[in-house]
Amino acid sequence: MLEVERLEKSFGGVRAVDGFSFHVDKGETLGIIGPNGAGKTTVFNLITRFYTPDGGRMRFMGKSITHLPPYRLARLGIARTFQNLRLFKDLTVLENITSAHLTGHSYSPFAGIFRTRRHLRIEREARDNAMMLLDFLGLGGKEQAPAGSLPYGEQRRLEIARALAIRPRLLLIDEPGAGMNPREIQDLVATLREVKARFDLTIVMIEHQMGLVMNISDRILVMDFGEKIMEGTPSEVRKDRRVIEAYLGEEPV
Amino acid sequence: MEQASYIISQVINGLQLGAVYALIALGYTMVYGILRLINFAHGDIFMLGAFFAYFLISRFGTPIYLVFFATMAMCALAGYLMEKIAYKPLRNAPKISLLITAVGVSLFLEYFCSLKAIFTPDYIGFPRPFEVSAWNISLGGIDFSFTNVQVIIFAITFFTLALLYLLVYRTKQGTAMRAVSHDQEAAALMGINIDHTVSLTFMVGAALAGVGGILYGIAYPQINVFMGIMPGIKSFIAAVLGGIGIIHGAVIGGLIVGVSEVVVSAFLSSTYRDGVIFVILLIVLLVKPSGLFGKRIDKV
Amino acid sequence: MRFFLDSRKLILLAAGIYIVLKLLFSSGIVSEYIQQITIYVFIVVLAATGLNVIYGYTGQFSLGHAAFYGIGAYTSAYLVKTLGLNSVFALPATLLAGGIMAGLIACIIGIPILRLRDDFLGIATLGFGILVRVFFDNSDRISETLGGSRGFTGIAKLTNLEITFVVTVFLLIVTRNIISSRYGLFWRCIKDDETASASIGIDTTRMKLMAFSYGCFLAGVAGALYAHLYTFLHPSNFDFLKSIDFLIIVILGGMGNIAGTIYAGLLWVGFIEGLRIALPSNILDLRWVFIPLLLIVLMMWRPYGLMSKKKGDG
Ligand SMILES: Nc1ncnc2c1ncn2[C@@H]1O[C@H](COP(=O)(O)OP(=O)(O)OP(=O)(O)O)[C@@H](O)[C@H]1O
Ligand SMILES: [Mg+2]
Repeated sequence: MLEVERLEKSFGGVRAVDGFSFHVDKGETLGIIGPNGAGKTTVFNLITRFYTPDGGRMRFMGKSITHLPPYRLARLGIARTFQNLRLFKDLTVLENITSAHLTGHSYSPFAGIFRTRRHLRIEREARDNAMMLLDFLGLGGKEQAPAGSLPYGEQRRLEIARALAIRPRLLLIDEPGAGMNPREIQDLVATLREVKARFDLTIVMIEHQMGLVMNISDRILVMDFGEKIMEGTPSEVRKDRRVIEAYLGEEPV
Repeated sequence: MEQASYIISQVINGLQLGAVYALIALGYTMVYGILRLINFAHGDIFMLGAFFAYFLISRFGTPIYLVFFATMAMCALAGYLMEKIAYKPLRNAPKISLLITAVGVSLFLEYFCSLKAIFTPDYIGFPRPFEVSAWNISLGGIDFSFTNVQVIIFAITFFTLALLYLLVYRTKQGTAMRAVSHDQEAAALMGINIDHTVSLTFMVGAALAGVGGILYGIAYPQINVFMGIMPGIKSFIAAVLGGIGIIHGAVIGGLIVGVSEVVVSAFLSSTYRDGVIFVILLIVLLVKPSGLFGKRIDKV
Repeated sequence: MRFFLDSRKLILLAAGIYIVLKLLFSSGIVSEYIQQITIYVFIVVLAATGLNVIYGYTGQFSLGHAAFYGIGAYTSAYLVKTLGLNSVFALPATLLAGGIMAGLIACIIGIPILRLRDDFLGIATLGFGILVRVFFDNSDRISETLGGSRGFTGIAKLTNLEITFVVTVFLLIVTRNIISSRYGLFWRCIKDDETASASIGIDTTRMKLMAFSYGCFLAGVAGALYAHLYTFLHPSNFDFLKSIDFLIIVILGGMGNIAGTIYAGLLWVGFIEGLRIALPSNILDLRWVFIPLLLIVLMMWRPYGLMSKKKGDG
């Protein structure tokens, strides 16, 4: 589904991503772990083209995507969330989602001005779809609240809902569990599973919370200093000495 | 040969104007470096400098070297007050609110000073502190001339830049300025007093603009309360051209803008001189938005 | 049609206002001068709404809005004069031409400069404003008719209450509808967070260009109305201060608030013209001492804009 080859990016002197390659198959859930500053988020920013790679190639569903701008990648079906949450804070919860839906469902400005049937139909679909997603992620009843006013955990879920609203095939999630307590993490695991099954998704997830990432991933990739240091199933990774040293600390989790 | 001498004299004239722009551009670049604020009213400090000098010379007959010190001090005070009164309360506000405030400060200074009771809305003649004389030089068969005004402008600009360099790179305060400009939070953690450093930056920038104002008055002896607008904008563009936040960039940018402006006036038409600057800005922003000496940074 | 159906309340309200104004105008109670200013209020509101689309809704800061207002004014005046279209019936066409010219130039200039943000965009638009001013000042070299720095004289007076009213109300409804369509939603997304907008598939470059061109189109139409109201144009009518005028109206009325822009436009023109009547001309200069102070106070009082509830530190 997604193939990344020898991706490179440096900032000033720092080689944030250094010849990093990986692939994800359709329907798979790939976890990426690694210590702070390993370059994980940078990989996401390179895939979604918020950063321009210094080198390397990327293909998505057989098509080269190395030179496509971010919005085109989104329309091809690559959705993402952000480590530091990037909701449209001043827009309502509902608008955060309808906006994403409407990028893929177009009507002309003319139709918007004269409120044609098509315009009304598409707007109604956007609304219905948004309500469905909000219910699905447990945000029903909050449609009219400004997104910025939600508690942190709900903002995280709203961001996932927004990403789903573009009907992606591939979902890149950056630390969905950050700042959540174990109970919330459990809910999140359940939600992500459901989401995956229901929307027929492939997921790449960066996560520090071992409980979450080990639980949900089919395969895990460990990064350090911009490079892949190992790759394997959750149980293999858990046992690997290098991983324990580089990342998991003294005690195996 | 004729043509060559003409070009050379125009370039010298351009450098003279460029030196003044460089002095103004430094204030823009330093303040931007430290606060990420385009201090729109900076051009008006330049105007104040010219007017202070005018009053010192024509009303009080102050000797010229004293005029420089006194004007620099008064401009520094103006810069200090401007920051404390108008910008400090908005330190954490959105960028645009700050810029709009700066536009407000600029308009206020211009129209307040244009009142009859303050300065005047009319053009007034700037007194010549000395007689103008010119030298003719022949180099490799090319004749050209330059004036003592130009020599003085270059000398004073150079001297001022040397002082600035010492301040920024050889003193504790200068180190603090560079630290705050590099990373405000880290600087604060290291115990640098941000407020003092910001004030100092404004004062130094304003003093430099004050010098620019005097030199401008000497070189183009007509002054007016609105005289700061265009040089202000052009100097800001010079700072962008050199790479905003970069001190030597502002100097080189100022010289380039000054020379382009004079050369365009001489060879095309003086009515296009203001237009050229925008074209320069567009080209910079299109080709290398970080300026000649700036590094490119990605941001998310 | 749904366009009128959905807007029937607004249209009724507008018709009511029109009838009142028309009665006042024809009864002879209000002077010619006041009539002219009343029409001018509509023009200013239209142009300021354009800036509100660009800045208030889409977050693209502009300090050169008056340039587009000027482009519309010169375009329409030039067409009417050279083609001899001295008829009210040809006016809609030249208004449209003025608007399209402004929108087109905005589109061309927008491609490079809309990559910039915030303050740098402000300076770039300011620079463009200066460029346009230089052009108007030298316009007599291209065509004697344009008048250069002497000003463009002898423009047919075609703007009347009816046409101004119909055009403004129509375009305000169009604007409201665009704002509530997906395009307006995308504009607001971009204002809120450009990166996130791109991540959900909004073509931010195109949407910003669209907002900018449309906002400048409104300014162009407004400028064309202005040209045929006052019959004389001078480059200084379209300079930086004029851009500040529009900016103040947008800030006063609340960013991203069309109704606010209407009230603020009315208030602002009333205030400025009131001062002109009330104050002797030698004190009139004081206006531009107080206006910037007002701007500064506004910014300190509500740095996030008038409509925002956030205050102070953030
Ligand atoms: N825009 C940028 N400019 C400069 N350096 C950057 C930038 N973005 C990332 N870096 C640097 O690249 C390196 C990798 O950062 P990245 O954010 O990818 O790490 P990460 O693995 O996501 O870490 P974390 O677990 O803390 O999120 C770091 O050294 C970081 O400082
Ligand atoms: Mg990260």
